[in-house]
Order: sequence, then C-alpha cells, then structure tokens
Amino acid sequence: MKQEVLEILSNIALNKNVYKMVLKGDTTAVTNCGQFVNIQIEGMYLRRPISVCDYTDNTLTLVYKVVGKGTSAMANMKSGTKLDVLLGLGNGYDLSKAGDKPLLVGGGVGVPPLYNLAKKLRGEGKAVTVILGFNTKDEIFYEDEFKELGCDVTVTTVDGSYGVKGFVTNAMPEAYTHFYTCGPEPMLKALYNATNTSGQFSFEERMGCGFGACMGCSCKTIAGYKRICKDGPVLFKEEILWQK
Amino acid sequence: MAEINTKVTLCGITLDNPVIPASGTFGFGYEFAEIYDINVLGTFSFKGTTKDPRFGNPTPRIAECTAGMINAVGLQNPGVEKVISVELPKLKKCFNKPVMANVSGFSIEEYAYTCEKIDKEEQVGWIEVNVSCPNVHGGGMAFGTSPEGAASVVRAVKAVTTKPIIVKLSPNVTDIVAIAKACEEAGADGISLINTMLGMRIDLNKRTPVIANKMGGFSGPAIFPVAVRMVYQVSHAVKIPVIGMGGVSSAEDVIEMMMAGATAVEVGAANLINPFACRDIINDLPRVMEKYKINSLEEIIGGCK
Repeated sequence: MKQEVLEILSNIALNKNVYKMVLKGDTTAVTNCGQFVNIQIEGMYLRRPISVCDYTDNTLTLVYKVVGKGTSAMANMKSGTKLDVLLGLGNGYDLSKAGDKPLLVGGGVGVPPLYNLAKKLRGEGKAVTVILGFNTKDEIFYEDEFKELGCDVTVTTVDGSYGVKGFVTNAMPEAYTHFYTCGPEPMLKALYNATNTSGQFSFEERMGCGFGACMGCSCKTIAGYKRICKDGPVLFKEEILWQK
Repeated sequence: MAEINTKVTLCGITLDNPVIPASGTFGFGYEFAEIYDINVLGTFSFKGTTKDPRFGNPTPRIAECTAGMINAVGLQNPGVEKVISVELPKLKKCFNKPVMANVSGFSIEEYAYTCEKIDKEEQVGWIEVNVSCPNVHGGGMAFGTSPEGAASVVRAVKAVTTKPIIVKLSPNVTDIVAIAKACEEAGADGISLINTMLGMRIDLNKRTPVIANKMGGFSGPAIFPVAVRMVYQVSHAVKIPVIGMGGVSSAEDVIEMMMAGATAVEVGAANLINPFACRDIINDLPRVMEKYKINSLEEIIGGCK
C-alpha cells in the first residue's frame, strides 16, 4: 500500500450514472487487476473504495457509478484536481488459474475490474469469453472496450432492450476453463450455482479503512474469517460461505 | 528555546511521546509496520481481546457521518490463546516497546481470565480493560455504565494481575466522574476515556439502519469536544493518570487533551482515514510545542487554568 497524490486527467460520463476517471501520478503500488484504491474526498470523513478498471505505471482508470454523496462529489470533479489516494489495496485476481478459455462475468458496476484482467489474459493469448449484465440498454458501458481486446462479448439486459434478455446466467457458454466475476451479490450467488468449474468472486462491502486495520468488512469463509479489503476482495469459489 | 521534551510517564513506564493508537484502529500493529516504523509511537493499544474467539457483528459494520464514523465491529478477535500464540510473536517482530493490551469480556470471570493470561506476556506494559464497548450485548458497556459494575471488574482483574490496569470508560453514562472514582477506589492504576458514543444512521432509500446491528459507536473529530470535557472532569476528580481519546487528529488536539488533564493521548478513527496519522502527529509535535512555547509535554498535563 502507498499513499499518493494523483491528478485527474479526465473525468467523463459513460452513461447517465457511470463515470470514467483517469488519474495521473505514481501508480506503481497497484500490482494486480482486481485491486482497489481508497480515495479521500473533501467534505467526507471516510475514504471511498473504488475498483481499478485499468492501470499503467503512471495512470489509473476508475469507472464508477454514482450511488451516494461520495461518488456524486467525484462525478463533479474537474481535470487538474489533485486527490489523496491509497493504492494497491486488496489481493486482486489470480491469473494463473485461468486455463485456455477463461470466462469473465460482470454485472453493472462490477464490470470495471474485469477490464484489466481481460487485457492481461488476452496478452497471454487466452480465448476470453465475456458476459456483461445490465438492467437495461441505457446502462451499458465498456462493451466495445472488451471487444477491442479481442474478447468474445455477450451483453445481457434484464428487460431485453439489448442483447440477450435476462440475467448473465442466461448467456453461459458451454465450455470454459475457469471463471472470474464481479457484480451484485444475487448475481454472484446465481453464478456460483450455474458454474461447473472453479472461479474467483470479487466482493463488495462497506469499509472503514480499506487496508485491514478496522475489521469493518469481515466475512466468514471456509478458510476462516477474512477481511474483504485485505484478504479479498477476491475469494475463490471453494472458500465462499454465503451468509444471507 | 530549550530542548523540546515529548516524554511522558504513564503508570511508571516512560513513553517517548504521548501518542498511542487506540484499540480497534491499529490491529496488532503489523499492517501499519508495513508502511512506517511503528517504533516511533509512544506505544499502542492492540485489538480488543476476549477469552474466546469472536467473529463480531454482521456487516455492514461501518457508516459515514459528518466529521466521523460509526462502527459496530463487535470485538472481532481470535481469542486470548491465539493472541498470545500467534499475534504477539508477530507484533514483537515489528515493535520493540512495551505494548498496551486491550481486554474485554462478558462476565467478571472472563475479564479476570483474559487479563491473568495477558499479564504474563513480557511485552505487555499495561492492560487497558474495556468496560465500555457499545457493540456487544450483555457485556462490555454493561459493566462500565455503573460505578459498582466497573469497580467489580477492576477488583477481579487487580487480584490476578501485576501490570498497571487502565480502565477504559464509556461516555454513554450520566455521571462518568462517579464511575472513574469507583474504579480508582477499586485499585485501578489509570483511566482511559472516551470510548465511542452510541450512534445510528438510517439509509433513506431502504428505510433501514445503515449498520446491520442498528446502532454503533460514533467516533472521529465530531466527538472531540465531548472527550475534552470528560477528560477535564475526570482528571480533576481522580489522582491516577488519565489517557484522553476521542476524535484526536492532530498535534494540536494532543496538546489540548493534555491541557485538559491527559497524561497520554490515544488516536483512533484518524488511523483509518490516514494510515500515517500517528506518525504525522508525532512528527508535528515539536513544531506545535514551539508555537505554544511548551518545552516539556509533562509540564502541560492538566495545565488548563
């Protein structure tokens, strides 16, 4: 973990509620896809944890949905604004388990952390299948970005306004070697039951610190108690214990 | 200006400075040791330890507030056996000073059991007995809300320990001074205050409490004035040293707490939003001392006229 001051290069709306922010600065503390950053926002006490969508050694791309005061404030930030950011938080996805034909499943604002993962897997020459689930056509983002990486992309919408009608589980491919997912918990549960290989799930929880100190985001797993922020956010299918 | 002296003596042990990360915001130290040398601290109070392992409360356990936060972790810890066999050896590798053990319980017997075990650990310099956790039912705060309850815990713990016993008090009471005096009479070696204030937030969309446990402990800069007032009241009523805490976020806050009567100062929520908070406060102390013409921090304890 590092604390850095990063400068906003751009901050644009991808649709009505989803924004893409690109930050510039020393981002070397980000070492894996599926990690997150924790951003200090003026007027807010707690930092806001946001998953990393893409990164290089000196840029960071965050794609976030406006859901409350913190993300509303982020959406209004202008280029040139400097942000105090804790980087390199969480474990991220384990690429070594992917096999030749990994499946990536993202739901809504769970889509962003899969982007850099897809980029890395394509870089290793894997045949990557991607399912992106949204409620409706107006909420879709990043379909083209995944296609440009050479992924086989299917979009599902709950109302059928675009792509396959229904949930991500309505678009499952016949064969895949491993799966990676991030999205709302009902989707994660459905996928847990609909998959026949091992896989990795990225979880979300309200956090205090984001770096393992406060025990605010703990969960029970087969491998004992884990902190979503430090021991996660990615858990393997085999260790998950569904609570609710 | 004469040489700046940040040393203070807490129950017979001298600290390089009065800054102490508060229990529950600093784990067992090693998460922070990854990012700075935690030996710069006066000491730190490690994660609240109970007789048996505890997962704590369901999530969400955290809520944002104006100038603060609510937590309802509920004393998650691996239990005293694992703390001694796993956590303390790891702590020892990154911290070479006496550490403050923080202990909680659900019965007087549990408090005594855990304190007796922890007391035998060489690196433990003090035992901070938490009779004020607002996040567990049937224990914790129940003992700290009456003078008799607090005193009975202190007597039981004193009977089985050798290290200084510091009692951590709740602000969620009518008369904190009476409770502090009862602890002193029962043999406590120090008082620390304040634990978090009971608070609650509601999610307007869902029309439900934000926190799964409904209520939780409110901490952060918003409670600082309440903490200063209570430290002032208690330190004027007892002869044993008082550790001040509650929203401390800067070197100025440390000095204000000490002027109110604190011998040492704990820093809690600030560690969670700035992991370097305690290091930054310690680095800033000499500058702020010079600004207020303070040569020695010990001289300003209770110095508010």
